[in-house]
Amino acid sequence: MKNLIVILFAFLVCQANAFRPILLLGNQNLIERTCKQTPFYDLCIWSLKSNPESRDASVKKLAQIMVDSLKTKATETFDLIDELLQDGLALDPEMQKALTSCAERYNVIIRGDVPEINAALKTGDYKFAAKGANDAAIEANSCEIEFPTKSPLTDMNKVVHDVSVVVASIVKIIQTKFSF
Amino acid sequence: NYWSDNARIHGSLASSTSKRTHPLRPVSRGPAQGVSEKTSGIWAGVSRGPAQGVSEKTNRVRASVPWNILPEPWNSTMLEWQRTAFHFQPEKNWMNGPLFYNGWYHFFYQYNPNGAVWGDIVWGHAVSKDLINWFHLPLAMVADQWYDKNGVWTGSATILPDGKIVMLYTGSTTEAVQVQNLAFPANHSDPFLIDWVKYHGNPVLVPPPGIYKKDFRDPTTAWLTSEGKWRITIGSKRDKTGISLVYDTKDFINYEMLEAELHAVSGTGMWECVDFFPVSKTEEKGLDTSINGPEVKHVVKVSLDDDRHDYYALGTYHEKNGSWIPDLPEIDVGIGIRYDYGIFYASKTFYDQNKNRRVLWGWIGEGDSEAADMEKGWASLQSIPRTILFDNKTGTNLLQWPVEEIESLRLNGTEFEKVEVKAGSVAPLDVGPGSQLDIIAEFEIDKEALKKATGSNITFSCQTGGGAAKSGALGPFGILVLADESLSEQTPVYFYIAKDSDGDLKTFFCTDLSRSSKAPDVDKQIFGSYVPVLKDENLSLRVLVDHSIVESFAQGGRTVITSRIYPTEAINGASRVFLFNNATETCVTASVKIWQMDSAFIRPYSDDDDKDDDDRKSSAP
Repeated sequence: MKNLIVILFAFLVCQANAFRPILLLGNQNLIERTCKQTPFYDLCIWSLKSNPESRDASVKKLAQIMVDSLKTKATETFDLIDELLQDGLALDPEMQKALTSCAERYNVIIRGDVPEINAALKTGDYKFAAKGANDAAIEANSCEIEFPTKSPLTDMNKVVHDVSVVVASIVKIIQTKFSF
Repeated sequence: NYWSDNARIHGSLASSTSKRTHPLRPVSRGPAQGVSEKTSGIWAGVSRGPAQGVSEKTNRVRASVPWNILPEPWNSTMLEWQRTAFHFQPEKNWMNGPLFYNGWYHFFYQYNPNGAVWGDIVWGHAVSKDLINWFHLPLAMVADQWYDKNGVWTGSATILPDGKIVMLYTGSTTEAVQVQNLAFPANHSDPFLIDWVKYHGNPVLVPPPGIYKKDFRDPTTAWLTSEGKWRITIGSKRDKTGISLVYDTKDFINYEMLEAELHAVSGTGMWECVDFFPVSKTEEKGLDTSINGPEVKHVVKVSLDDDRHDYYALGTYHEKNGSWIPDLPEIDVGIGIRYDYGIFYASKTFYDQNKNRRVLWGWIGEGDSEAADMEKGWASLQSIPRTILFDNKTGTNLLQWPVEEIESLRLNGTEFEKVEVKAGSVAPLDVGPGSQLDIIAEFEIDKEALKKATGSNITFSCQTGGGAAKSGALGPFGILVLADESLSEQTPVYFYIAKDSDGDLKTFFCTDLSRSSKAPDVDKQIFGSYVPVLKDENLSLRVLVDHSIVESFAQGGRTVITSRIYPTEAINGASRVFLFNNATETCVTASVKIWQMDSAFIRPYSDDDDKDDDDRKSSAP
């Protein structure tokens, strides 16, 4: 009985910090509810849950976690492009051209879009976060369609594209639903 | 006394040479690399390296990537063509507090000196005698105080009865809280207003209780109340309801918030860049912001953060409690009429006491990818300034029209009178290259065809109507701009008359970007809206083509569409204009006048200009 009281008390204390009624149901539910409003539920769930910081996170923090994921994925893709280019002798000119173009686009994602999203999330001017995220998706897609035949980056381009779309969706949630 | 000299700042003089530092490359580009002198503007570029968080790893990679490869399908000819010839554009800009002072129009704009994306916002500054030709001046204000460290954002100027200027602007603090700050010119007798002083007691306004710290920005120009106080309004929101808070002040330092909001509309979200001004119901001129009376209507305009569009509504201002009621709640602000049905945001008006007109100016973003923007070295521009008048024929709309000074750029004109364009046909208009044009056209429809045409019970809208390629009984018809000879790329600007099953006619004005470019990574929407057409009015349009921007005005400016176009073929000498009629049941007769447009000069101010300025003073517009 005493244990039960202790557990109940702990539960109440935790909830006192979560002033928004939605959070009373636990952050697990917030992640799920957020991801349901994105077109890539599984990717969203996986990206967020695999980051320990998502545990007690607000929606805004979840957005930040996704942006970090975007940066990581984009950087991995960029590094792969670099490796493929350094293997220059093995490449035909068309492949080389496409890869170089992709390198430029990924440069833009990492050094243009991601900082723009971060600056906008920080200051609360969310439409620029949406703009940066939407552009990252366009850049990844544009890279993919440059390859005349088989693209060596298909999987990675898709991940970057989809993560960007998830970021844009979460930003939309922040913009239209919450005051924070 | 806020005229004291504390917190004096000196706008840092950004480099005014044609050299730039690309944010992603350390190599500067100048005339030798194809960047024309004409396009050089202020570029306080700072190269970024490991110290600024750019990892060593990416530096290493860049060494193996040749710098002259552009992402497909872009080449440098295509990208350089996009730069406009007579629109204001520095590297990056947002709208701020334009004003006319001491013989010059001043434009302060949001600017990122560090890159072609949004961020690190400071105040750029430019001056003009005619709103068309501009001189770049040093940055007016930078983020050098704790209360604007995260951004020197939008502000508005108020000209006091004694002629002095006060500027209120939003700062994003080190904690990213949005506050309002006061600033004023360091030297009121400097016509260029180069140096600005921030009030030592800033911020003068912080978010009030119940308002979230990031939903409190963009103070308006102040207007006088009958009690002799100054009144301003600031946009915000409560949950999903967009609102505008009202404050009264005597000195711009101490404020009292009014209980009532100026107005609120549920479901519209955050209200940015609120604008509030009177228009005359009877006279064709602008009014000072403080004017009120029976011959006056008041306009509330908001920029909706949620959908990035600017909306306005006409109504009545109740001075006693500082509230405003719309004439027609069904087209209330935020849910009704838009200034512009294309790309047009963060606009604001100012009263031009020089010519007794109210002038509107909007920010036009890009519709291409940021990769292309970084290649070009610039992003965003301003619309051509537009005069605003109450449309007393409809009573519901404002009329926007390019300022008359734009006509000074007209070169040779060609007139085409009563050209018959049969159903399903295209007629070329031979005017030479088509990148810089002013086009005015009037269309007559066969009255019989209007009566006989088959009605439809499908509701038409520009967005869902299938674009210019989808034929209807009475439309689409209009002009094709930025089109190449083979029409593989084309931008139709057109009317579509929809007839419903009851026989009622409704006219729409649209711009179709779906075939504007072969490039896959540009915006290709169809823009437009219903345009009121009165009995006995012919259909008329005016289109300003300036490289990658097309501004279209229907019925004297009742409905306006601005679009960004990025062709790969229809550029330079290959760009043409056509008339087209894709309707199935009517012939259209068009009368068109087309002028080639000269380029404006938009460049840094130099010492030689002092001499020209004296010459020009005697022949000022």
